[in-house]
Amino acid sequence: MSSNTFDVIIVGAGPAGTTAALILARKGLKVILIERGEFPGAKNMFGGALFGRVLDEIIPEYWAKAPVERFINRKIITLLAEDSAVSLDFNSAAFKQAPYNGFVVMRTRFDRWYAVEAVKAGAVLLTQTTVDDVIREGNQVVGVVARRAQGELRAKVVIAADGALSFLAQKAGLRKDFTPEQFSLGVKEVIQLPPGALEERFGLTGDEGLSNEYLGRMGDGLHGGAFLYTNKDSLSIGVVAQAHSLKEKQVTIYDALEKFKRHPAVAPLLEGGRFLEYSAHLIPEAGANMIPRLYTGGMLVTGNAAGLVLVGGVFLEGVNCAIASGRIAAETVLQAFEKGIFDKRAMAEYEARLKASFVLRDINRYKSAIPLLMNKRLYEVYPSFACRTLENWFTVDGTGHPKLAGMVKGLLGEDVGLWQLAGDGYQMGRALLW
Amino acid sequence: MTKLDDKLYKTRFLPSEKSHIKIIDLDVCRQKCPDKVCTIFCPAGVYGWEEDQMAIGYEGCLECGTCRYGCPYDNIDWHNPQGGFGVMYKFG
Repeated sequence: MSSNTFDVIIVGAGPAGTTAALILARKGLKVILIERGEFPGAKNMFGGALFGRVLDEIIPEYWAKAPVERFINRKIITLLAEDSAVSLDFNSAAFKQAPYNGFVVMRTRFDRWYAVEAVKAGAVLLTQTTVDDVIREGNQVVGVVARRAQGELRAKVVIAADGALSFLAQKAGLRKDFTPEQFSLGVKEVIQLPPGALEERFGLTGDEGLSNEYLGRMGDGLHGGAFLYTNKDSLSIGVVAQAHSLKEKQVTIYDALEKFKRHPAVAPLLEGGRFLEYSAHLIPEAGANMIPRLYTGGMLVTGNAAGLVLVGGVFLEGVNCAIASGRIAAETVLQAFEKGIFDKRAMAEYEARLKASFVLRDINRYKSAIPLLMNKRLYEVYPSFACRTLENWFTVDGTGHPKLAGMVKGLLGEDVGLWQLAGDGYQMGRALLW
Repeated sequence: MTKLDDKLYKTRFLPSEKSHIKIIDLDVCRQKCPDKVCTIFCPAGVYGWEEDQMAIGYEGCLECGTCRYGCPYDNIDWHNPQGGFGVMYKFG
């Protein structure tokens, strides 16, 4: 075998690509993992939560080895109005114990550590290398073209794990451009807090941590939400906005983030904080409707490159889907090597296995959440409706407390009618409840 | 309140000498696109319309790719920068 020929080429050393590389290298295959960043993770960002049960199966008790920030035992969902907020605050003792439900991680640290695990298993890691195209012979993908001298690399199978923008899947003709209705833009700041402030402000002890997701109008009218995660001694705070609303409302996402940071329910949490980093990422959010063709002869598409993100309103999960898809891709490739067949039919096994796994089962199960998330009243009406109702209800001013139904009835008609409320309730139910 | 420029200043970049972003046909921006939405939706403020030219500060690009899909005229040619260049997160 020449130095430019491998069993498997994996493009992108994020969670999907590294998982595939790790599993295939453990089985003794000749694997190259190509990363365009200075090191794995250098280009990567996300909100902050890794739901790692799927990783525990690959690296048992990974939390003892991986650079995790805090486990997440508190999950808060907040409806945000202009100057008030109402939250559901879930705190679980079970989430504080192994195997833990999730951790906050920083991607530059986590992805780098994970790629080293693949290298230890025998994978070759090539960093600072951008891959521009696939090499085809007939209907079969047989390699990639990297932007460097002697950039043609060949393999039996190419795994595209090159993230949400996947140029590789596009070059292979497996996916089309997104429309602005199909994705959101997320931005994040990491803010260093004074010593002890994190524990005090969020009531955390030891390695306890929390995630807080906010739903509401962002900035002056963006549809989306915001998030806050506790790192070891800093906060990750960000805003997510549907791309179409960025275009329609003529509001920048960085102004929306600044406004969120000034919200009376948020500003005290950031007091005395020092800005460390600003980052941005695109989130494929059309669920089952935007998943590209997942395979062709000699090629599989994984993780964000395949749009494998669970968008379920109260769920927004990507890294666990990426790890699972990388693992399933590796299993498909191993089976192909056993048989010595790498054509499109052999690769089809990948899709079948994904459909049988939680990844595509969840994405399909929650596909009715997508139209709900496109419902403008979810951002423009209901969060402020809920906050206003409670504000009125809780106000003690000598006029007495009407019953809640009467309050809601009084507010109805201002922004939303009874039938519309019922219709939206049904849509919400279909999305999340049944 | 942190200004966008200050945020970008503290974020780590190693810009390549060559831009990875190109406007395909500037006349499309001039004649068909009064809103210049790229100057709004880019989270790093890479695009700025100056008189009748598009100033592209590719050195501060966060590589999210929103402009690839956000331009209403598909008039932005955005590619991954040369390997090892571009944004380099410290935290991510």
